[in-house]
Amino acid sequence: MTNLVFLLPLLIVFGVFSWTPIVEAVVMSVQHTNLVTPATFVGFDNFVQVFKDPLFWTAVRNTGLFALLALIFGYPLPLILAVLMSEVRRGKGLFSALAYLPVVVPPVVAVLLWKFFYDASPTGVFNTVLHWVGIAPQPWIQNATSAMPSLVLEATWAAAGGTIIIYLAALTGVAPELYDAAEVDGSSIWQKIWHVTLPQLRGVLLVTLILQIIGTSQVFLEPFLFTNGGPANATVTILQLIYRYAFENSLGGNYGAATALSILLAAFLAILSFVYFRITKSWSDN
Amino acid sequence: MTTGALTTELVADPGPERAAPVVTRLAKPDKRRSPEDSPDRGIVSPNDWRRPRIKWTWRISHGILLVLLIIVGLGPLLWLAKSAITPTVDTLQNPMAIFPHGVDWSTLSLAWNKVGIGVQFMNTLWIAIGSWFIQLLVATTGGFALAILRPKYGKIINALVLGTLFVPAVVLLVPLYLTILHPPLVNQSLINTYWAVWLPAGANAFNILLVTRFFNNLPREIFEAAKTDGAGPFRLFWSVVLPMSKPILGVISVFAIINAWKDYLWPFLVLRDPGVQPLSVRLPSLQQAIQLDVYLAALAISTLIPVVLFIIFQGMFLRSAGLGGAVKG
Repeated sequence: MTNLVFLLPLLIVFGVFSWTPIVEAVVMSVQHTNLVTPATFVGFDNFVQVFKDPLFWTAVRNTGLFALLALIFGYPLPLILAVLMSEVRRGKGLFSALAYLPVVVPPVVAVLLWKFFYDASPTGVFNTVLHWVGIAPQPWIQNATSAMPSLVLEATWAAAGGTIIIYLAALTGVAPELYDAAEVDGSSIWQKIWHVTLPQLRGVLLVTLILQIIGTSQVFLEPFLFTNGGPANATVTILQLIYRYAFENSLGGNYGAATALSILLAAFLAILSFVYFRITKSWSDN
Repeated sequence: MTTGALTTELVADPGPERAAPVVTRLAKPDKRRSPEDSPDRGIVSPNDWRRPRIKWTWRISHGILLVLLIIVGLGPLLWLAKSAITPTVDTLQNPMAIFPHGVDWSTLSLAWNKVGIGVQFMNTLWIAIGSWFIQLLVATTGGFALAILRPKYGKIINALVLGTLFVPAVVLLVPLYLTILHPPLVNQSLINTYWAVWLPAGANAFNILLVTRFFNNLPREIFEAAKTDGAGPFRLFWSVVLPMSKPILGVISVFAIINAWKDYLWPFLVLRDPGVQPLSVRLPSLQQAIQLDVYLAALAISTLIPVVLFIIFQGMFLRSAGLGGAVKG
């Protein structure tokens, strides 16, 4: 009885706001719901409808591009910075604090601030800086080709600090004896990084990689606030499409299509993570 | 050994083993650093540090790194602080100049009073406090039941809670929205009420994971001793377990408050009335409506609290961030 009293807040909150909605999402994806008439079972109609939407493949391509660019910009950088920072002798705290500062800025403020930085006129903030080094003004988020890289640049700025701190924590766990041993074998600094540091960080590196992919596949804030999917649908992502189905539909929310697409995304990420951990299991075991 | 001493020891000195529980390792006070935190050597050997060429190569690259970090990490915030008190015309014509025609402090009070950032600020605070309280309530009571009382069905509940960690938040978006629109038992929509943000915030499996791990690592003899002294479960919870759990409660509090400050999409969906909206939801709609200098002042005010909190509780922030990786790892 006392057990239940203590469990009650957890059971209520998780029951109503987590477990039930998860089940409902699955149910709603095979139903037609309009909140007025009772929901009707429609089989896979919602999924078919999503696949037939011409914007679906655009959104898949854009989300993939975002995730890929985020990996190229944002995956090696925190590692390099963390390894450099781990060798700082005095004032290490200052380095970490500076690196982490962008993570503390509320994401909405960060996006709105960068939106102003990305002003395409010659007197825009970034264009002014480019002018100093003799580069012509860039269109940034105004142009279909440069919009996505611009979004990724801001997202990388906002997220890199968190990853740096994770790597720094992992780097303190590398046993100094391993470096001693490597030196006995006459290893240079690069060889020590390659043969000791990176293998020791392998576990963390593998996890941050898949977590980053899972995170960037669900990007919403940047395309929503920077460009609202434009220019010419160049930044419409899967989450934006879900949002549009459910909340920006003039005919009333298309909840079936929205939940169907979210289930598809969740299933894709689940399979991806499963395969990823299967493949990498043999590497991360010592 | 008294409870107090045991707690301090547990919290302060997790020992050098790498297998030390993550949560207790995190709880270490800042001043007492174990050798693990600052190893006497890193990748570069002490011998190499004595060689001038290597020493100066590292020093110079660290100097460059520091300058880059200042420009990239601090630069945008300094620019925002500057532009918040610079007249619009100056910011538009020459955004990188420092106060070409003086400072205009009135933007701050205009943003706070006329634009109503003060109201949004208090709303954000209120959302943060409520989410913090609900998260703490759910995590501590639930964690206590699962880790210390350990009922038979506890394992199933634990599995169900941890299972939600693997469900991307987007799956919940629509059904959760409809739940808020038509909540069970209560015959009234929760849209435009803070309950719509507070209650779903409580369903945070990461908190339960942190708290049950921490509680599992508390010495069970203390609970047995308390029981023989006649303490019931409620007393055990309130007077023994909670006082021992301050470090982990601190971590959850930091996460809860920061998340409330950061959240956008969910409050945007369920708080449609500008009068109850937090800063993050209100700011994007202000963009077109007000003067640039006042708008930038509003952005600066919104950034202030998280940055100040970070500067004060730096150690806790950075340890929590590292912990995020350790738990995920």
